[in-house]
Amino acid sequence: MSKRRFQDAAIAGIGHTEYSKASGRSELQLAAECAKAACDDAGISPHDIDGMITFTIDNNDEIMLARCLGVKDLAYTTRIPGGGAAAAATIYQAMAMVNAGLCKHVLIWRAMNERSQYRFGQNPNQQMMAFQSGNGTGSLLWCVPYGAMTPASWGALQAARYMHRFGITNRDLAFVSVQQRAYAANNPDAWFYGKPITLEDHQASKWIQEPWLRLLDCCQESDGGVAVLVTSLQRARDMKQKPVRIVGATQSIPYNVEVISNYYHEDLTEMPEAKGTAKRLWEQTGLGPQDMQAAMIYDAFSPHVLLQLEAFGFCRPGEAAGFVKSGGMALDGVLPTNTNGGLSGEAYIHGMNSMIEGVRQIRGTSHNQVTRRSVEHVLVSSGMAGAVLGKA
Amino acid sequence: MSTAPETPAPPKPTRIAPIVTLDAKFFWDAADRGEFLGERCGQCKAFRFPPRPMCPHCHSLTREEVKLSGHGTVHGWTIPRHPPPFGFKEAPIVVIVQLDEGFRMVSNLVGVAYHDVRQDMPVEVDFEPTMGNHKVPVFRPRSAS
Repeated sequence: MSKRRFQDAAIAGIGHTEYSKASGRSELQLAAECAKAACDDAGISPHDIDGMITFTIDNNDEIMLARCLGVKDLAYTTRIPGGGAAAAATIYQAMAMVNAGLCKHVLIWRAMNERSQYRFGQNPNQQMMAFQSGNGTGSLLWCVPYGAMTPASWGALQAARYMHRFGITNRDLAFVSVQQRAYAANNPDAWFYGKPITLEDHQASKWIQEPWLRLLDCCQESDGGVAVLVTSLQRARDMKQKPVRIVGATQSIPYNVEVISNYYHEDLTEMPEAKGTAKRLWEQTGLGPQDMQAAMIYDAFSPHVLLQLEAFGFCRPGEAAGFVKSGGMALDGVLPTNTNGGLSGEAYIHGMNSMIEGVRQIRGTSHNQVTRRSVEHVLVSSGMAGAVLGKA
Repeated sequence: MSTAPETPAPPKPTRIAPIVTLDAKFFWDAADRGEFLGERCGQCKAFRFPPRPMCPHCHSLTREEVKLSGHGTVHGWTIPRHPPPFGFKEAPIVVIVQLDEGFRMVSNLVGVAYHDVRQDMPVEVDFEPTMGNHKVPVFRPRSAS
């Protein structure tokens, strides 16, 4: 007879390093620091971690990190494909391991010197140009000889048809950036703390991808690390923090969809992976967009916030730009979104820093805490994956 | 000793060569010859792109390499301004081309001013040289005929 039984999963700890442009230490050190911080937050010893999850493009080796932390008996490791698209998938897979009774304390981490050591936003070096399986971006091979060599170029190509069809101009995107920078300006952890921008600043920033994306539509390049500690809801109740329940979580990779070089599926005016994530998530939880009091949405580039708002059903197709313009993302709006400042305002730790902002909103500890309503449920999304976090 | 050549050699291509995988070798080999080939299933005849070893519909491993019309439309486009893409003297126009055969590919639009690019404009295939003596298919506005 198996002793395993289904267990609800919860987030018991979160941790992060400072977010900077030059950390001055190794990526492994960043990973160890944020992992230790998440364990401290939960009130457990890193020795007791028994599962470890990150995603592709993290340079840190699982075993080396486990050695730093003195992990005594690791039962499970995985590294999820898709780069940042897998940010919310870490929560999904940690949940599944805890649900299945296979792990007690799952550590999720992502740490990088993505500004000081290498630069995601620049043209790739030879090594990055070569196809690497596990990134979900095989078709980058078909972009590079044509001068589409950066994430912004791939992202702009992805957004162009959507923006064209619904008549969304670059100026319309400014409302996403201005709102996120307003949140960041009030968040001491954010790189752009105390530095809000205006619509004019956005429109004066240089073209990165003309006529779609300006500099202020793009996420940052950052150094830093973020970690999350997932355990059972039952165990979490005896730990240091108020548990944050993982109400539901999922991944979705529909046919002919790939990460970012994503031009082969049927309708380029929508994001099928986010629609698939939404469908499963709402089915799994019995909840819907109207039940979310906040959302943290992967914002590599500003149009992708709009596409996801529509995919999750917060707006109808083509209406997200108007939703944001009328204050929908603001603290007193319909759906406070990316309240940490997002990946453009706070930092770009490959999506994970926005995941822990979702935890803070449930705990009631955000620097931009939603107070107009009781925060019962928060959506966190990285497009190809998502989770609903809730009060225990 | 050495004498200057009568006419200066044409500038060497600076565009980087395609990265060739085994499953797409036919496509790039054809481009080197100035031919534009697509891949379809030998059984159910469905086109697929990017090329892959198995038909996603009927799972046949039989492949046909067929000459494409070279006609399509601009489905999406962008001009990479910053950082300037490696290998281009002027910013290229990067396009997603919707081919008449029913699938899409990323390419460049050439022979047109930036302000004349239009969504859904008809285009036809052409070829441009790359480093290493290769060629890649690009597209230009379709000539009236």
